[in-house]
Amino acid sequence: MDVLAISRWQFAIVTVYHFFFVPITLGMSISIAIMETIYVKTGNENYRKMAKFWGKLFLINFAIGVATGIVQEFQFGMNWSEYSRFMGDIFGAPLAIEALLAFYMESTFIGIWIFGWNKFSPKGHAALAWLVALGSNLSAIWILTANSFMQEPVGYALANGRAEMVDFFALIANHHLWYQFPHVFFSGITQAGFFIMGISAWHMLKKTKNIEPFKISMRFGAKAGLIGIIFVVFIGHFQGQHLTAHQPMKMAAAEALWETENPASMSLFAIPDQANLKNSFNITLPNILSFLNYNKFKGEVKGINNVQKEYEKKYGPGDYIPNVLGSYWTFRIMVGVGFLMLLIAFIVYMKTRKENFECKPFNLKIIFYSIFLPTIGISTGWIFTEIARQPWIVFGLMKTEQGISKAVSVGEALTTLIGFTVLYAILIVFTVQLWKKYAKKDMDEDYEPINPSEA
Amino acid sequence: MDLNTVWFILITVLFIGYFFLEGFDYGVGMLLPFIAKDDTERRMIINTIGPHWDGNEVWLLTAGGALFAAFPEWYATLFSGFYLPLFLMLVGLIVRAVAFEYRSKEDSLKWRYNWDRMIFLGSFLTALLWGVAIANIMRGTPIDATKTYTGGFFNLLNPYGLIGGVTFVVLFLFHGAVFLSLKIGGEFQKRIVETAQKLWLPSVIMAVIFILYTYFDVDIFSAKGLSAFVPPLLAAVSLVLSGFYLKSNKAGISFILTSLTVVFITVAVFFTLYPNVMISSTSPEYNLTIYNASASQYTLGVMTWVAGILVPFILVYQAWSYIVFKKRLTKDSELEY
Repeated sequence: MDVLAISRWQFAIVTVYHFFFVPITLGMSISIAIMETIYVKTGNENYRKMAKFWGKLFLINFAIGVATGIVQEFQFGMNWSEYSRFMGDIFGAPLAIEALLAFYMESTFIGIWIFGWNKFSPKGHAALAWLVALGSNLSAIWILTANSFMQEPVGYALANGRAEMVDFFALIANHHLWYQFPHVFFSGITQAGFFIMGISAWHMLKKTKNIEPFKISMRFGAKAGLIGIIFVVFIGHFQGQHLTAHQPMKMAAAEALWETENPASMSLFAIPDQANLKNSFNITLPNILSFLNYNKFKGEVKGINNVQKEYEKKYGPGDYIPNVLGSYWTFRIMVGVGFLMLLIAFIVYMKTRKENFECKPFNLKIIFYSIFLPTIGISTGWIFTEIARQPWIVFGLMKTEQGISKAVSVGEALTTLIGFTVLYAILIVFTVQLWKKYAKKDMDEDYEPINPSEA
Repeated sequence: MDLNTVWFILITVLFIGYFFLEGFDYGVGMLLPFIAKDDTERRMIINTIGPHWDGNEVWLLTAGGALFAAFPEWYATLFSGFYLPLFLMLVGLIVRAVAFEYRSKEDSLKWRYNWDRMIFLGSFLTALLWGVAIANIMRGTPIDATKTYTGGFFNLLNPYGLIGGVTFVVLFLFHGAVFLSLKIGGEFQKRIVETAQKLWLPSVIMAVIFILYTYFDVDIFSAKGLSAFVPPLLAAVSLVLSGFYLKSNKAGISFILTSLTVVFITVAVFFTLYPNVMISSTSPEYNLTIYNASASQYTLGVMTWVAGILVPFILVYQAWSYIVFKKRLTKDSELEY
């Protein structure tokens, strides 16, 4: 392997791993803030128990999310220094703003939140939870501002041998960002919903003694999951249309559509054959792809081979086709998992609307195992959006192979690739161990009422 | 003053914040396995920085982000050049962060003490490697015409670099011990003060060696003349004084003085560098400066607005977080971690 391949693998591994935890932080921070707020408004002690119980699980996640987050910020300079030189004038700013605006807020207030249960009134403590949630979710806006620039560069000019920022507000107004951020934000909400539902289902299955707060949690999770996934799917649909217009190669690869079609048919199951620039097997639904893109059964959708020719004219000779097999299937898994979650969240929501609902053990098991669905959907979504942009690191401006560090040798890159992978593998063992331990607790265990002396 | 200089100063401020705050965090982390008699005392130690370490670490993240935004070439050269040390530092920071949150979540002493070893290791590695890195940045490293570091890993482990590393470790140990003597009460505090007193002399000796070595190994007179003496001298004076105040049981003043030591050392480092940011030992022509390594004037302008608006808020709420948890911890305190 060369430095390029190793650096790409390392980026993929540390980033996808980091993003196992990020959506939980995004969604759970809001969920916990809501629980604390309901407790303040209603005085229902169950919600305080819930905030504490889910808060513990949230913190186990938060620690490893923060820890693996530092790598994210450093690795552009470490492994992608030529990228950093060429794009730093634009790309560095949102990262610095993310730290100044979001990380300080999130990290300072989470510390006060953890240690402040008995130092603040319930109202004050709920305010802290909201500040943590605000900080976390603000950070998503800024890192996605940076990522959106890589997908759809705006507000820049080529000068002094690099890309320079000429319009900061164009960066923030990037249309890509305002599809991507809500998509990510609501996938965080979905993630939290399924996390809460899954663990609550386990307790109902095991008939935990104090089941009431878990039933409330189940209902809470179903609502979060359903609201989240409806928006994810809805926004995802328009995001796809936007991508077809701005990154036609990405969406053609997502559909394994080699030749331009009008009306275009949607593929249900394809085995792309990249060497021969066609599919070796494909089942299609006529007209549907046009419908998905233009809301009517007609309309031209560009194929991979046609876009390739266009790009050769525009950017010079070269291979502009991403890995179609990977793009096609990661996209399909993402969409498939999304609709599966929509179905599950809808059914659970309908079933849990009544105050004293019951669930069959078989259904509880399904809900429990659904805990992994958001992670699968989100990870494949990210892998799709990054690999289907290739060969570009910044679309149309810089190729991935141009971005790597010249100072890093194969040996050094391999050392860190193996080092991070082994370290992360070990850490997940401990994380899961603690998650299991704390997820299995009854909410009354370890629970301290507000004034122990008066209780 | 031009925007490049403004941002050089802001980067200096971010590193001051980082070394001042995480300096005592790392010191506390390194002392943890050695000064506590039992698990309760260990928990007291960890809980002194419990609410703060995460917020303190953001100073490093922000310094990294600000470097990227304001001086992309500096960020690119430094981070790709010091590749393996940074990797080791990241490993240290990762295990340390996870350890704080996980160590008290199981009852087994073996589990807890193993995580404490990770807290020690992470704190030690990070302190050591920053010392090594800072010393090498001042001394100059092989950098070619394309602003690429060409020295490899072992080039960084020269005597001056290593002395820098050891100095940071000892200094942070002392800074951390003084911090603990301020944050812990009861009988345990007496033992901590004793430890701090023992650490004072080694840190004075290392600081003096490091400062003297700097004058012999790093060319700073030619550019700065006698003014280059001022910040290191102030650092040395504060460090010496902090020991005396510790002896007369004024831990508060002593802590202010160790903090000033860290501040002046950081100022000395950046003042020595200015207007360079990375010195090339290959040829002075290849030096990275605040001008040839910087972002565009437009980006610097945008970032100046952003920092100008946000930094005051950050200072206020971080300071407030210390006021909220200002009480000394004793055996009877409620321990979260």
